[in-house]
Amino acid sequence: MSDRGHIPESRQREAPRADLKWIGRSMKRVEDPRLLVGKGIYTDDVNLPEMAHAAVLRSPHAHARIVSIDVSRAAALPGVLCVMTGADAAKVCDPLPTWASPPVLQPVIADDRVRHVGEAVAAVAAEDRYIAEDACELIEVEYEPLPPVVDPEEALTSTGDAVLHPERGDTNIALERTLSFGPVEEDFAAADLVIERRFRWPRSGGQPLETVGAVASFDEGAGRFTIQCNTSMYNYCGWMIASTLRVAPHKLNIVPTLAGGSFGSKMFVHKVPVLAAVLARAVGRPVKFMEDRIDNTTSCDNHASDRVYYAKLALKRDGTLLSLKTRIIDDYGAFLQFGVGQHGNALSQCVGPYRINSVEVDLAAVLTNKCQQGAYRGFGSEVANFVIERLVDAAADELGVDRIALRRQNFIRPDQFPYLIPTGNMYDSGNYQAVLDETLKLADLEHWRAQQTEARKAGRYIGIGVATCQERSVFSATEFWMWNLEQGVEWTSSPDGVSVKIDPTGKAFVTLHSPFWGNSPETVAAQVLAEQLTIDPADIEITYSDTDQGLNSTGPGGSRFTVMVTGAIVGAASQIREKMLRIAAHLMEADVRDLALEDGAVHVKGVPDMKMSIAELADKAHYYRLSMPDDLDLTSGLDATYVYDHPVTTLPDPDERHMGIFYPIMGHSCHIPVVEVDVETGQVHFLHYAAVHDCGTMVNPMTLEGHIRGGTVNGIGTALFEEFAYDEAGQLTTALWTDYLIPTIKEAPADIVVGHVETPSPFTEYGVKGGGEGGRMGGPPAIAAAIEDALKPLGVTIDSLPLPPSRLRALIRKAQGRAA
Amino acid sequence: MERESISVTVNGRTYERAVEPRRLLSDFLRDDLRLTGTHVGCEHGVCGSCTVMMDGVTARSCLTFAVMADGAEIETIEGLGSADAMHPVQQAFWEKHGLQCGFCTPGMLMTAVELLKRNPDPSVDDIRDAISGNLCRCTGYQTIVDSIRHAAKLMREDGA
Repeated sequence: MSDRGHIPESRQREAPRADLKWIGRSMKRVEDPRLLVGKGIYTDDVNLPEMAHAAVLRSPHAHARIVSIDVSRAAALPGVLCVMTGADAAKVCDPLPTWASPPVLQPVIADDRVRHVGEAVAAVAAEDRYIAEDACELIEVEYEPLPPVVDPEEALTSTGDAVLHPERGDTNIALERTLSFGPVEEDFAAADLVIERRFRWPRSGGQPLETVGAVASFDEGAGRFTIQCNTSMYNYCGWMIASTLRVAPHKLNIVPTLAGGSFGSKMFVHKVPVLAAVLARAVGRPVKFMEDRIDNTTSCDNHASDRVYYAKLALKRDGTLLSLKTRIIDDYGAFLQFGVGQHGNALSQCVGPYRINSVEVDLAAVLTNKCQQGAYRGFGSEVANFVIERLVDAAADELGVDRIALRRQNFIRPDQFPYLIPTGNMYDSGNYQAVLDETLKLADLEHWRAQQTEARKAGRYIGIGVATCQERSVFSATEFWMWNLEQGVEWTSSPDGVSVKIDPTGKAFVTLHSPFWGNSPETVAAQVLAEQLTIDPADIEITYSDTDQGLNSTGPGGSRFTVMVTGAIVGAASQIREKMLRIAAHLMEADVRDLALEDGAVHVKGVPDMKMSIAELADKAHYYRLSMPDDLDLTSGLDATYVYDHPVTTLPDPDERHMGIFYPIMGHSCHIPVVEVDVETGQVHFLHYAAVHDCGTMVNPMTLEGHIRGGTVNGIGTALFEEFAYDEAGQLTTALWTDYLIPTIKEAPADIVVGHVETPSPFTEYGVKGGGEGGRMGGPPAIAAAIEDALKPLGVTIDSLPLPPSRLRALIRKAQGRAA
Repeated sequence: MERESISVTVNGRTYERAVEPRRLLSDFLRDDLRLTGTHVGCEHGVCGSCTVMMDGVTARSCLTFAVMADGAEIETIEGLGSADAMHPVQQAFWEKHGLQCGFCTPGMLMTAVELLKRNPDPSVDDIRDAISGNLCRCTGYQTIVDSIRHAAKLMREDGA
């Protein structure tokens, strides 16, 4: 383990308080009115004069050489403006941005070979989308098939024609290495018992209802692109798109639109904006490219962790957990967008809420003929949660002790925070016992245990699962590169900025530098600014910047946004408050130390009549310069910008004894589902579901509960139904939503009973923690445990997801066969 | 491709247009009439985001050709209410947090309106049946049910 010396001092300015007026209130959302009346502008709602429309011809092969492409018939179709092949695209743009080091080159349109079904082979811009799609059907492509690589474990030994990127060597292993933290071998030698399991986590995805789109235009006179797009990290690294387009970064403006959901999948979209932009430049008109659903499912940034685990948990006979070893093979698909950042992420909480002394992770990231991985709620840590929770359940069963009792025994205690886990990451605060107690109360465990006993007598199978999971929030950029063997992108900043202006009439304007992607950025910003300036949220207007105006801002991924925008607003509001106090002190001839901001006015303490409202002060600040002190700092107006850096992060140790603090704002959850399994059909019904989350100080309990319930139903999808399934030929057999089964209301529990514990973070403003991903990070291990518990009389073990009725029936049939 | 002349009444206004027979009603509404409140999610009839009212019953505009709406009365989200005069269903979704990203919301609202028209006091099960063909990826559905129940109450109070 790393020494505690690398925990920095807290930079918190605003401690949590009981007397907050707006923070902690379930305020109705600021975002909603325009969305409810159909006036929200999503990407596909953008229409520009003379705008053309794009469609993409996609590869039907998993792996093939492109021998020839004949676009002549397509180009001759009336209404077609441009047909672009990979060779054409390579003349006008570079490979797509990547965080992988060494890079895995990804062309926007496949050039000499295709590497997965759905990869772009040609793009068409036409007068309308119908003509563009007609033209795609007229393009003739001759392919020479290559061996498809589909199984991640077989990818470990690929050579020759089966290698996707021969320029990186004769292998499909993108990265393979072992990281070891603490005395792993000693701990295993001291163990009385080692639990060994193989787990399979399926490839699923965020699958927001809105696909990815972009409307691009090119101003030939200025040599400048404008791209309206539903992306997220544009103010963090949007310039990378400019590099791909071979223009200087200031020759590109990215303008965010509303995003109709993301769940991580729109964290940094690269293919769609680049494609729209190269076509716009080629045809000299604005071009809209909006993915259709098959474009999205076969070639998006949506496919998430796809892992095989060989896991070992070492423990003492008395139940003390000692050490964790995992061998992971992760199927990244054909390219590496974020490097192996998902495994940096997973190191942040791989020991769960437990005191485990040492950890070894042996990772092989392999390339296969599937769509590249992107981000989805959890970004790799949801898998680590599943693995540690399943191991703890298995350990309890092996020891013959209660699964809950074994958890309690090994929980990190409230007095041990801030706590460093073996990988070096810090857990800032927590109270896992309290979360468990609260969940047990809501779950009514005694009642359901009795029901379970009765049901078993009647030949029915009711099961109860308990998972106690970490819910890390606020990533630091180091997670993206800490695994890399070669130096590449090694950023250490991941800030978020905000601009605040009080106009001459006293109204407040906030510019956010990260987009709306289905979360509640405007509501959070309004609540925090209202709290800071003692104003009414109704007097605050929220807008979003483009990259021309933008401040360095990482965006909402990784459950960051609420913590980060709160920090940024505290920073900006304190500047505004200070200026108002100085002006008020001057105008009221008072000492600034005798003034206080309350109820939208600056008061002289103890003199009720001596006060100036924010509107009066704003008016003076804007128009009465000659009434102010002659001070160069006291510029006209009332505005501030503030870029809030990550509240607490440190570098990885140079000798890799630990990875530093990189994901420290640690939430926690306990999920207790009660299910009934119909052993004849393999169907799972939820009889009850309780979930308690500790996300520190809550800014808006209503929206947090929305995330928890929505995330939990995402987790139900992952556990029971969802899978991007590829057959042996590398065909995606679940490209349509008739086959990729997203939970409808019929699959969702009627009532997910949500509770809260609030353990404030000592490092963030007001003690807020992020809560955007927790539902999906807690649901799957709890549901797996509940199903296993239900089928305990049959001896079924759950180590692989998803569990649709067909697979659950197969497990039951096998178990019944064994019993017979 | 030959175009067909159609006459479609949308939110009370009649539009005369010539469209290709293959043109989807969703594209007609969104691109030709610029009524972009109706959203296209899956474009193969699964998600329900594109739901509109056609002659008083809900229809998936991504599975309906515009020519099939010739002579029909269509209602879309734009006809339901405005930001300063919301329909009770919109008001209820706002109050009960029945939306997050808002993309499924127009289709969800049209489906809810249809339900409440024929059943002013629906049970939870009635509501779950009614919206079982509309996907929402954000909310987990629970607050949508709460919203529709609340809307029913608001509408009953309005009517009283």
